[in-house]
Amino acid sequence: MSAADELHGEELHEVRLTVNGAARTARVPARRLLSDCIRHDLRLTGTHVGCEHGVCGACTILLDGLPVRSCLLLAVSADGCDITTVEGLAETDGTLSAVQQAFFECHGLQCGFCTPGFLTTITAGLRVVPDPDDEQAREMIGGNLCRCTGYQNILASVHRAAEIIRERAASASAGRA
Amino acid sequence: MSSLFGARVQRVEDDRLLRGRGAFLDDLGQDALAAAFVRSPHAHARITGIDVSAALEVPGVVAVYTCQDLPPRLAQPLPLLIPHPDLTHGRTPYPLASGEVNHVGEAVAMVVAADRYLAEDAADLVDVSYEPLPAVVGLDAARAAVHLVHDDVPGNRAANSVQEHGDTAAAIAAAPHVLELDLEIERSASMPLEGRGVLARWDGQSESLVLWTSTQTSTGVRAAVAAKLGLDLSQVDVITPDVGGGFGVKIVHPWPEEVLVPWAARMLGQPVKFTEDRREHFIASAHERGQQHHVTVGYDDDGRILGLDVRFWHDNGAYVPYGLIVPIVTSTQLLGPYKPGAYRVEFDSLYTNTVLVTPYRGAGRPQGCFVMERTVDAIAAALRLDRTLVRERNLIQPGEMPYDQGLIFQDGRPLIYDSGDYPAMLAKIKDLIGWEKFALLKDAAAAEGRRIGIGLACYVEGTGVGPYEGAHVVVETSGKVKVATGLTSQGQGHRTMLAQLVADELGVPMADVDVVTGDTRRFGYAVGTFASRTAVMSGSAVTLAARKARQKALRVAAGALEVSPDDLEITGGMVQVRGDPDSGISLGTVAVLSNPLRYAFDDAAKAATQFAGGGDPGKPPVEPDDEPGIEGRAYFSPVRSTFASGMHAAIVETDPDTAEVRILRYCVVHDCGPLINPQIVEGQIHGGVAQGVGGALYERMAYDEDGQLVNASFMDFLMPYVSEVPREVEIDHLETPSPLNPLGIKGAGEAGVIPGAAALAAAIEDAEGIPVRSMPLSPSDLFELRQASDQQTAPRAGGRQAGGAIPFPDGSGNDG
Repeated sequence: MSAADELHGEELHEVRLTVNGAARTARVPARRLLSDCIRHDLRLTGTHVGCEHGVCGACTILLDGLPVRSCLLLAVSADGCDITTVEGLAETDGTLSAVQQAFFECHGLQCGFCTPGFLTTITAGLRVVPDPDDEQAREMIGGNLCRCTGYQNILASVHRAAEIIRERAASASAGRA
Repeated sequence: MSSLFGARVQRVEDDRLLRGRGAFLDDLGQDALAAAFVRSPHAHARITGIDVSAALEVPGVVAVYTCQDLPPRLAQPLPLLIPHPDLTHGRTPYPLASGEVNHVGEAVAMVVAADRYLAEDAADLVDVSYEPLPAVVGLDAARAAVHLVHDDVPGNRAANSVQEHGDTAAAIAAAPHVLELDLEIERSASMPLEGRGVLARWDGQSESLVLWTSTQTSTGVRAAVAAKLGLDLSQVDVITPDVGGGFGVKIVHPWPEEVLVPWAARMLGQPVKFTEDRREHFIASAHERGQQHHVTVGYDDDGRILGLDVRFWHDNGAYVPYGLIVPIVTSTQLLGPYKPGAYRVEFDSLYTNTVLVTPYRGAGRPQGCFVMERTVDAIAAALRLDRTLVRERNLIQPGEMPYDQGLIFQDGRPLIYDSGDYPAMLAKIKDLIGWEKFALLKDAAAAEGRRIGIGLACYVEGTGVGPYEGAHVVVETSGKVKVATGLTSQGQGHRTMLAQLVADELGVPMADVDVVTGDTRRFGYAVGTFASRTAVMSGSAVTLAARKARQKALRVAAGALEVSPDDLEITGGMVQVRGDPDSGISLGTVAVLSNPLRYAFDDAAKAATQFAGGGDPGKPPVEPDDEPGIEGRAYFSPVRSTFASGMHAAIVETDPDTAEVRILRYCVVHDCGPLINPQIVEGQIHGGVAQGVGGALYERMAYDEDGQLVNASFMDFLMPYVSEVPREVEIDHLETPSPLNPLGIKGAGEAGVIPGAAALAAAIEDAEGIPVRSMPLSPSDLFELRQASDQQTAPRAGGRQAGGAIPFPDGSGNDG
C-alpha cells in the first residue's frame, strides 16, 4: 500500500487485491469500507449491503478463502488479499457453481438481494463440511438474514449443493477414467 | 388448461441474480452524486433555525437544501394518497420539515456531494436548532391526548370510523353468554433486506427525467413526481430496477427522497442518487401492526357468535399518507371465515410522534385475525368446548357463497366473499396437524416434564384489489414474444409466472417469452404491487392481451394459408392446421406478414414487401379497422376483490425454565384457487410464515418514552434467522376457483403471514394454560405471564379435554 494523491481533501491509498482471480487496484481513502470498494470502485455490484453493521451477511465475500463481512472491513486492510465475490463463483466455462445451481433448482432465492452472501457462505461452508446433516446445514447459514424465503428452500439448497458437488466429482472422475 | 399453468417451472429471474448480475438501485448510477439527509434527532420539536454554512465548506459538497430552498410545489405537504370521508384530520409530511418535526428520522435537510461519505460528513455539520416539544409515544399516550402531535388535530384523532351489520348491541344484550377481551399487537415493519433508494437523471437537452426507484409502484411515482416537479407526464419515465424486497413499505409514494432527488438532479444538471441505510430504514420508512382492541362478544351455548362488537385504536404514527387502509382492512378482514349474527366495529386512527404507519405484508389482517381467533378460543374456553368445534359452528358454508358480510372493504366495494370452502379447509388442517391425536402427545410430553401446546387460526384475505392492471403482448418477427405490464416486482417471480401464462395462451416455448414489469417506458397504465394482486390483476391482463395477439396471429395466418382461423392451432411457436405439422408457418413469419413493408431489412422481411405478391390489390394493405403487427393490449378490472383463505396450525413447546418457545410443527392449508406455479406459491407461504413467526415471538419496535427507537438495527430488532423458523412448513392446498377473473385465481403473496401470531398465541396458551392477550410474546413476556398467573388462585392447565381450550383464570368468561 502506498500513499498517493488526494481527492476532496482525503488522502488516497492504493489497494492491491486479487479479485476473482484477476489483479485489481483501487485508490481509496483510508475509511472506505471494503464493501464500498468492491461495489463502487471495482464496480462488482453483486455483493450487496443490507445493514452496514455485520449482522445480515448479505455482503459476505471470501477473503483468502474464508467468508467475511465486507462491510466490517476497511478496504486498505485487505491490501494484498485474495477475494472471491459472487461474480467469481461460477465455473470458468460459465456453468453455475454447485451452490448456485442448487439455489436455482430449489427456489432458494426470491428477491435475490441477500443471495450473494448465502452463496459465498455456503460455498465456504461446504469445503469444511462437505456432507452436512440438517443441523450442520442450519448452522452453516445461521448467520445470514433473508426476509423472503423463510430459509426452508435455502436449507434444501445446501443439501442439494452438497449432492451436486458429489455428482460433479463423480462425473469428472468417470471422465478421467 | 394447457401445459405450463400449474407446473413447477424454474424461475427465469434466477440466473442473473445468482451470478451477481442483478441491477438493484445502488448498483446503478455509479457516476451519480450522492444524497444524504439530515434527520431529526427529536420525536417532536419546533425547528428554530438551520445553519448550513459549515456543511457547505466540506470538500466535495455540491449543495445543501432545506425547506426554505424548495420551490412552492415542493415546500407543500406530500399527497394524501387515499382520501376517505372518515379521515377528517389527514396530515402528511413535507419533503423537508417545515418548522416542526414529528418523529425521529424525519428529513430536515438534504446534502448532495461527490460521494456518500462526504455527504454524510456534511450532514453532520448542518446545525439545526430545535425547541423540543412533548412527545406522544404509544397508543396509551395518543388516547390520553394530554399532548398533541399536531396542534390542529384534537385528541390526536386522524379518523373515527364505524361500520355495522345488524343490531349488535341488541344481539349481545340478548345473548346467553358475553365475554370481553382486551387484546394488543405491537409494531413491526416490512424490513426488506434492501432499503429504499432512488436515482434520477435529468436530460437538459430533451427536458426529460428518468427516475429509477426501489418501489412497488412505478406509475404512481411517475405521476407524483411529475406533479411535484411541474412536469408533463410525458417528460418523466420511472424504471423499477431489481427490488430487494418490498413487503408493503415500498408502495408508499412519493417518499420525500423520491421527489427531492429528481428535483436536485434537475437543479444541478447531474445525476443524483440516494441509497437508504439500515438505520434510516428503521427511522424514516414505515412501520405497521400497532393496535389495541376491546372486544365484546355475545354467544350461545353452542359457541355460535350472536353479536360481536370490536372497538380498536390504531397507531398511525406521525402522518397518514396511505389513508385508513390498514385499520379498514383490520376492521373488515377481522371476520375471517365466520358469520357473526351482528357485527359492529369502531376504530380511532391516532397520531403518535413515531414513524408513519403504512401496510406491511398482511396490512392489518394479522391484527384482525389475532383478535377474532383469540375471541373464538376464549369462547371455546368459557364453554369448555373443542376449539375446532366452535369454529366449525361459526363458519360460512360453501352453499352460502357468494357471502355478503354487509361491510365496505378497502377497495370501496362491498365485502362479498366470492368463493371458498371453509369446512373442508378446517377438516384438512385438523388432519394435517393431527388435531384429534394431539391430546395423547401432550400427555406423553407432560409425563416427560415437557409442555407442548397446539393452536389453530383461520383467515380470509381479500386479494386482487382493483381498480385495474393492463398488459401489452407483441410477437416480434423473430417469433420472440415481448410482454409488458406496469406493476412492479420485488422477488415474487412475476416474470416467470406471467411468462407461463403467455406461453400457454400463444402456444410458444416459455424461453421465447420475455416479461418486463414496472417500466413506464413499456407500459404506462398501472396501479402497483400490493394486496396480493399481481397474479389476479396482471395475470388476467397478460392472458387477455395474449389472447388478442393469438386471435390476430390466427387471422393473419389464415389469410396466408387460405384456411379458416378456426382450423388453426399454435403449437411450439408454429401456426398450423390442426393436427398437420407440415402445414405450419412460424409465428415469427406471421408477424412479418402482419406488417406490410416497403423496405426489406432482412430475408424474412422480404415476404412482406410490396412486390412480394401478397394481399388483395383492391384493398388497402392495412384495413381501416386493423393495425400492423401481432399485438394485444388488454386491461383487467374486476368488479371487486377475490377472497383467498387459509388455516394455520402450530404445535409449540415452551421451556418450563427459560420460557423460550420452540415451534415443533407448523402446518398450512391454503386456498388461492388454481396455482399457476406451486413452487412460487409455496415460497411465498414459507416467507410469510417466517414473518408471522417474527411478529409473534420476536419483532417489536422498541420506542422509549421520548420517542427514540432504541432497537433500530439488525442487532437489536430480532428478525428471524433460520434458527427461529419452523424446520418445515407443512403445506396442503385447497383450490376453490374465483368466478371473478378469467383464470379463477386468487392472490397468494401475503397469506403466509396473516395467522401467525394468532396460531402461535393459541398454541402457547394451550401449552401454558395461561390466556395470551398480546403479541409478540418474548420469553420475558411469557415469564411475566407465568408469574402473574401464579399469583392467582385459579388452577391452571388442569383437567382439560382433548384439543380443549383454557378455562379462564381471570374470570373474564362472564355469563351475561
